[in-house]
Amino acid sequence: MAYNFKETMNREERLAPGHRMCAGCGGTIAVRNVLRGLHPEDHAVITCATGCLEVSSFTYPYTAWKDSFIHNAFENAGATCGGVEAAYEALKRRGKVKGNYKFIAFGGDGGTYDIGFQSLSGAMERGHDMVYVCYDNGAYMNTGIQRSSATPMYADTTTTPVGSRSAGKPQYRKDIVDIIAAHNIPYAAQTTFVQNFRDMHIKSEKAIYKKGAAFLNVMAPCPRGWRYDTPQIIEICRLAVETCYWPLFEVEDGVWTLNYEPKKKLPIEDFLRPQGRFKHLFRKGNEELLVKFQQEVDRRWEDLKYRCAR
Amino acid sequence: MNTDISRLHEAVSWQQLTPGCTITGSMTSAAFRTGEWRVDTPRFLEEKCKQCLMCVPVCPDSSIPVQDKKRLDFDYDHCKGCGICAAVCPFGAIEMRKGEK
Amino acid sequence: MAVRERLSGNEAVAIAIRQINPDVMPAFPITPSTEIPQYFSSYVADGKADTIFIPVESEHSAMSAAIGASAAGARTLTATSSCGMALMWELLYVAASNRLPIAMALVNRALSGPININCDHSDVMGARDAGWLQVFAENNQEAYDNFVQAYRIAEHKDVRLPIMICQYGFITSHAVENIELIEDEKVKAFVGEYEPEDYLLKDGESFHVGPYAVTNYYMEAKRAQAEGMKNAKRVILEVAKEFEAMTGRSYGFFEEYRLADADYAIVIMGSAVGTAKDAVDRLRAQGVKAGLLKLRVFRPFPAEELAAALAHVRVLACMDRTESFNNECGPLGAEVKSALFDAGLAPKVINYVYGLGGRDVTVESITSVYEDLIQIDKTKEMGAKYRYLSLREE
Repeated sequence: MAYNFKETMNREERLAPGHRMCAGCGGTIAVRNVLRGLHPEDHAVITCATGCLEVSSFTYPYTAWKDSFIHNAFENAGATCGGVEAAYEALKRRGKVKGNYKFIAFGGDGGTYDIGFQSLSGAMERGHDMVYVCYDNGAYMNTGIQRSSATPMYADTTTTPVGSRSAGKPQYRKDIVDIIAAHNIPYAAQTTFVQNFRDMHIKSEKAIYKKGAAFLNVMAPCPRGWRYDTPQIIEICRLAVETCYWPLFEVEDGVWTLNYEPKKKLPIEDFLRPQGRFKHLFRKGNEELLVKFQQEVDRRWEDLKYRCAR
Repeated sequence: MNTDISRLHEAVSWQQLTPGCTITGSMTSAAFRTGEWRVDTPRFLEEKCKQCLMCVPVCPDSSIPVQDKKRLDFDYDHCKGCGICAAVCPFGAIEMRKGEK
Repeated sequence: MAVRERLSGNEAVAIAIRQINPDVMPAFPITPSTEIPQYFSSYVADGKADTIFIPVESEHSAMSAAIGASAAGARTLTATSSCGMALMWELLYVAASNRLPIAMALVNRALSGPININCDHSDVMGARDAGWLQVFAENNQEAYDNFVQAYRIAEHKDVRLPIMICQYGFITSHAVENIELIEDEKVKAFVGEYEPEDYLLKDGESFHVGPYAVTNYYMEAKRAQAEGMKNAKRVILEVAKEFEAMTGRSYGFFEEYRLADADYAIVIMGSAVGTAKDAVDRLRAQGVKAGLLKLRVFRPFPAEELAAALAHVRVLACMDRTESFNNECGPLGAEVKSALFDAGLAPKVINYVYGLGGRDVTVESITSVYEDLIQIDKTKEMGAKYRYLSLREE
């Protein structure tokens, strides 16, 4: 799967403008670039969990989607997409459907890590031929920046506000890709907007075309929730990868591969500093918190490297 | 048959709504002009552009059209002026004009 | 030739599903409906049906997957009971508002708590405002017959709403009764092919389901949905007529049993009706003008027809197999009284809560209801309008 950047950019757009996502939204950057993994001649049915993406991309009667689309509820994109895929199998068997269809579900981290977790786990375990894509912005952004289990430690959110007795969210984020990989599905991977989208494109195409259940976790920064200026998004993604906060890796048929290792791992401060949600970590007296954050990043990075070296 | 969304304006009667509020056809959101949201505006300086297309995938609003592997001018009907494209352009071919519609 | 059999209600419904051979069935086990997906998955395993059976990890996912499959263009169903349907709650509304003709084999069972696995109507009555058609059966034969008619009603272009076909936890689901099955090919011909107008997988066309709709649309959307429920009244009768032509078995919104000249009547649904008919027969033998109205269709609610059938009744009892905790009446009682009021009728009406969590309903207990009605007529004293039947109390 060679990556021809210009060829890929030349592909027909599958997400129309006119959706109501915020200026600078990472969510639609994720969607556009995942959909570029579809071969132009193939059809898709998109399932979307309730969230920013859904309410903004299909606001009656305006749909941004080129392909067929279904929104069901917040917590059930996995099962809904599985149902669509089962219908395809049934109708194909009975000669009632033409053409080649792929099935892609999109959910934010709320709909994926938290409220939709059971539905996702069930769909992955049953092995529907589908891809579930989490556009992970690390909080419930649609309802106004409440913490999720994807929110990084110490982040200032509206339900883990920083205060005289609070340094933000007390827990570190959970590793959803590890958990989904433990379902022993054919493909699970993590990516974000780096390397001119090479990593993301290759993983998207693989996830879409690999037979069986696949999972893709895409870091998709939210300028409102993370409190940075919109043009900084690509630099923030780069720093997430270079600090090893957001490693690029994949688990294909049980084999763990680290797709990128920084030549010089940057300190976690580099990733945290541009974001207003971590502003308190740089106040005098909070040095210890940065040390703890760094230790957790290091521990997880070493653990991942160990798995990938086996 | 594709839904004609122009008749589904906000004063439409219940009899005229599509069944279950479904829509047939695609990309009808193009009729909704988000360009009005813009506070800052990118300007495409064509003479500086090397057609590397690095600005294309970073646009959250699919507002940098590509034709024959070359980018065209911005889709100002929809561009929200976030400025990500200008930040990633290696050639200074996109200039953000502050406060300009 | 019709096939004479002895079957439990669950097996009878599973056979109807095999005969219909729908496209997709996601389901999760819950007592007392578990046998339906069990029987059906064995038919799939033996090649007697080629439906895609999805053994989901919860009822929530059963309804979620059913919505996805139905929107994708597949004839879809599920089976559940009680807490299983309660877990589907949010999605019941999604299915109906998206106008998806999903069928549900609902085996009625009490809702927790305390947890109880026996029959009452607390599951189905709680979902009465979800936008589903709701059809009730007295016995196994009716559960089977109703299921055979289900898709013809739900998929009709003027209806396009999901449908619940109810039967009764253990009483009909597990009890084996004589039944007359329709031949496979006749069922197939009667139900026909599902040909939706638009669906997600239609020939590469793009179709979009489940938008966010602002206030300007929401109310109109609900009114449009209500039109499907209105049209369902006509379609239910049309389908019943065709069904009668095929089988000789007649169905309507309700059955009137010795009601035409009755002074004392009850309105009742489901498996307790057989017992109630025995009570009516005994009272008639004693010269009491007793009768009953067995409601088959609760959604849409046949208010005008029901009021007309009850117009002559002197004293009436509404039998609710659930508690709605409004201190005044149960859901059936509320709707029957509303129908009578709108028809300008004001008979004396009392409302019973009965049979909760599988509490036995006997000829004696139903007879006591008629005795109460006679007493009210004699004394002109209403007493408590909202009563419990067969309740121990001090």
